[in-house]
Order: sequence, then structure tokens, then C-alpha cells
Amino acid sequence: MRQGFLLSIRDLRTRFHTYDGVVTAVDRIDLDVYRGETLGVVGESGCGKSVTALSILRLLRSPPAEIQGTILLGGTNLLNLSPDEIRRIRGNAISMIFQEPMTSLNPVLTIGEQVSEAIRLHQGVTRQEALKRAVEMLQMVQIPAPDLRVQEYPHKLSGGMRQRAMIAMALSCHPQLLLADEPTTALDVTIQAQIVDLMQRLKEEFETSIVLITHNLGLIAEMAKRVVVMYTGKVVEEAPVEDLFREPLHPYTQGLLGSIPRMGRKLETGRRQLQEIPGIVPSLLEMPHGCRFHPRCNQAMDICRKEEPPLVHPNDRRRVLCWLWA
Amino acid sequence: MNKRTQTSARPPQDRPPEGKLRRGWAKLRRNKAALFGGILILIYLATALLAPVLFPGNPSAPNLARSLERPSLEHPLGTDELGRSILGRIIYGSRVSLLIAVGVILVGLLVGVPLGLVSGYYGGKIDFGIQRVTDTMLAFPGFLLALALVAVLGVGLKNTVISVGISMVPMYIRLVRGCALSVREQVYVEAARAVGTRDVVILLRHILPNVMVPITVQTSLGMGMAILFAAGLGFLGVGVQPPTPEWGTMLGSGRVYLFNSPHVATFPGIAIFLAVLGFNLSGDGLRDVLDPRFRI
Repeated sequence: MRQGFLLSIRDLRTRFHTYDGVVTAVDRIDLDVYRGETLGVVGESGCGKSVTALSILRLLRSPPAEIQGTILLGGTNLLNLSPDEIRRIRGNAISMIFQEPMTSLNPVLTIGEQVSEAIRLHQGVTRQEALKRAVEMLQMVQIPAPDLRVQEYPHKLSGGMRQRAMIAMALSCHPQLLLADEPTTALDVTIQAQIVDLMQRLKEEFETSIVLITHNLGLIAEMAKRVVVMYTGKVVEEAPVEDLFREPLHPYTQGLLGSIPRMGRKLETGRRQLQEIPGIVPSLLEMPHGCRFHPRCNQAMDICRKEEPPLVHPNDRRRVLCWLWA
Repeated sequence: MNKRTQTSARPPQDRPPEGKLRRGWAKLRRNKAALFGGILILIYLATALLAPVLFPGNPSAPNLARSLERPSLEHPLGTDELGRSILGRIIYGSRVSLLIAVGVILVGLLVGVPLGLVSGYYGGKIDFGIQRVTDTMLAFPGFLLALALVAVLGVGLKNTVISVGISMVPMYIRLVRGCALSVREQVYVEAARAVGTRDVVILLRHILPNVMVPITVQTSLGMGMAILFAAGLGFLGVGVQPPTPEWGTMLGSGRVYLFNSPHVATFPGIAIFLAVLGFNLSGDGLRDVLDPRFRI
């Protein structure tokens, strides 16, 4: 085993009380993040990836959200903290970057004011000192002429530059854990590569663990050590990244990997289309009985329709939620 | 020929000038109605500030020997039933109405904006409570609400300000709440919460500045409304009391002489009309200039 857990989630369940009924967005998941590692979380839209991240920082409005379970960060259960205590964790021990760099900076505040906000909040330094550190952070994320940029407003920055500024803001207090929710999705490919490099480098430098939430399997292959696959609020498979790509166990993971177009690979005979997973993610209000994936699964058996699948551990580094391996 | 050379030599009219302020000014200048409104407001403000210079005498000192005189060189707008110069009373009345308008807006802003911010940002029970009170207040026509409050509080300058001010509060609450509701869903508010920013700081630093534009426009329109409401109370005799020169009160007392000396009621009426028109026109103009779609 490696150095041990930084974050340990047990039995996390996040539900939303809506007019149409109670929606369970995250359903009793267990998740561990080791110190200094990058954990990839993949899945289709609406599978509960983002809600998991927001639940960790308790950023969901409650009501309507209701979070249960335990989220241990170095022995403290984040779900038991008072609003003031969790506020001191945010941006300090755990911080988060978001998908849309174009809208995640406030248009009426300067870059400097926003990047220095976390520093001022958590390190109790003066405005001047915080601004100086903000300039250093912008330098680290390779924004040119950072001392001029801090005076400027976000509209002068491109999407890539804004995401760099967001990363600077998130890392300004050297957090132990960074929750990156689709950090590169809104950027074009060359900028994506730069942001990935930057995150890798800063992770080494600050020894930060990263939870990388994405539906981009290429990004997972490049950055993550371990991967968790989520479907309809459940963790359906967990494996080291090489194992997952070499031998996916869950039919859903197989489908995800199969639907990546690859250069030089011939399509199956008789097929002129890319492989796909049939159907759509079921509505969270109308979950199928038994295994939630069975209506879309090409290997579904009778039992899949009747009973929920067990969690199987093929070896001590993998787990899969499927009747095929039971 | 000569004419044409001149035209082409002039710099093109619609070249976009640099800077936000200059661009805003250029837009305002093209809007003739707003410009006219602005000029009316400037005249109004200048009159209020320079009242003692423009009319050196005491506007409230009666001179019964010269009551109800028609406009003349000595009294350009004539005199009222007590022989006081109507011009002088209108000039000094601008001070009173400006004082009332500013006071009313302050009451509206100081009470309405915080309540609107809290209501929109927190939602839930707090929002429900504030909104039901607002609904109740909005169910009355604004003027009737002010009138009812005066009935409770009593007449006079201070009570006019308070009652008209309170009748403006629900308008600000609604406006600010609506903006706060949309701004709080922005990713940058979530990002600010994700670095541990306190709610108070989020409200003041992130949400309030984004609400400033509609507040500014509403304030300009609200000034005109405040003048009109205060004059209405004065006209009914429950606003500012004589001998303080107040436009609405002047209009009310001039009503009696409408057939023989129409100038006594007409000129204060024109003053009210022009001041309100000025604020309304410039409010519309400000809305066009400050429209967020054209910013940045």
C-alpha cells in the first residue's frame, strides 16, 4: 500500500428533494484518495461525478440537497463540521476548479482581487501581501506579465488564461486536495494539453492530490493513476489505469472504451459506425430494477433484471459491481 | 463643392471613441431625449443650489396688498393669494422637493437593497417571508400606500420622506431580489464559495456590484416618482405644510383660484412636470447606456 489515505468517503449518499420526488444523485459510494495521487472519476453526464465533488465541499444548497455518510479528511468528518468550519476547509485544505473558465471569474472584480481572495481569507495577511502572492501564483501558472494582469478585469483574458487564473486561485493556499471538475472540457485541444501539463507540474510541486472528474478518457490515461467509473450515482468499477484500459471488467466500462475512435484501427466487419452504448442514462426518478445498467447491457442475464449486483473484488486493487464476475 | 470638402475633412461621426466613459457619453449624446432629460435635471439642481442667488428675498413673507397679481416684470410668474412671488416659491420649492426625493431614495435603497439581496441569495424561508410582505405592499397602489402611511405617521417633511420612501421599498426589493437570484447561480459565485468566502462578502463583493446597473436606472426613475408622490401628498394637504414652499402644496392652494388667477396653480404644475420628465427621460437613457449587453 502507498502512503495512506488523504480522503476517505464511506457510504456517501446525496439526495435532492424535488417537486417530482426524491432524486438520489449519489448512491452509497465508497471512495478513497491517497496522498499525492491523481484519481480519475469518469462517467456520462448525470452519473453523479460533479455532485460527488460538490458534496465533498458541501457546496450544494441544503435544502434541497441532503448529504449522508462520512467524508473523512485526515480523521475529521467533513459532514459533521459547522458551516464556519467547512468554510475554513474550502480553498485551504480542499479547493476546486470548474468546467467553465469563461464564467468562473466575476466580471466586475480584477483578477488580482479574485486570486488573492483565498489567501486573504485563510492566511490572515494584508491586502498588499495577498496581492503579492497572487502575482507569484499567476507567475507559477505561466500567465505573462502577472504584475499587470492582476490589475485587469477577466474579459481581457482568453479561456485558457482564465483557467490558469482559476488554477492559481485554487492552489494559492497549497491545498492537500484539488477537485478538478472537467477542467479542460471548455478549452480547445492545444490549450487542453498546456493545462494538463501545468496541473501535472503543480501537483508535483505542491504534493497535491487531485480528483479529476471528466468524461475524457484520454485525459484520464494521461493524468490518473487510479480510475473510478460511475454510473447513475454508483461506482461500478475501480481499477489502476493500466488495468482498466487493458482489461475493462464492467460492460459499461467496456462500452465507454469501445466508443473511443482510434487511429489505424479498422471498424468491426459489417459496421461502418463507431461502437456505441445503446440507449440513454435512465432518469434518476425511474431507476430500472436489479442492475441499473441492464437495459443497455449487451451481456445482461436474467439475474441482472431481478437483483442488484454484488461488489466483486477480483484482486485487491480492483472492484466491480456486476453479476458477470460474481 | 466647398461644402463637400468640408464634410469629408471632418472626422467620421461614428468612429468608436476609446474608453468606456467616452463610449457611454457618445451613446448618451446620440439619445436626444435623454440629453434633454439631463439638461432638465441640471437646471433643477442648479436652481436648488443657487436659490438664494436667484431669488434674494424671503419666499414665505406675505404681502397681502399685492395678492393674486398677474405675471409682471417685478413678479415674472405673478403672486399667490398671500402676495408672495410664485417664481421665488418655485425656486425655493425645488430645494424642498430635491430634499424629499433624495431622502425617499435613501430610505428605499437602505431598506430595499439589503432585503432584496438577502431574499434572493438565501432563498427558502427567509425569501418566502420577505416576499409575502412585499406582495402585500405591492397590492396597494404606491400612492395609496404612501397616503395610508401618512395617515398613521402624520403630516410634515420628515413623515413625507418616510412614507413615500417606504412605498418605494417593495420595488427595490423585487428588483434586487431578481438580479440576486440570477447572479447567485453564476459559476463565479460558486467558485467564490469554493475558496471559502463568507456569505456577507459574497453578497457585498460579488453580487451587489452586479446589481448596480439596474439600481442606478431605478434610482433615476424613482427620483421622478418620489417628486410626484410628495407633490401629490402636498396637493391633498397632508404633505409638507405651509408656509414651506412646496410645489404640490402650492398647486393645491392655487386650485381654489383656478378660474380667476390660473397662473397660481399652473406654474407649480409645470415645475413638477418638468422635474419628473427630466428624471424619467434620463432614466430611460441611462438604461440604454448601461445595458449590460453593451458593456465590456
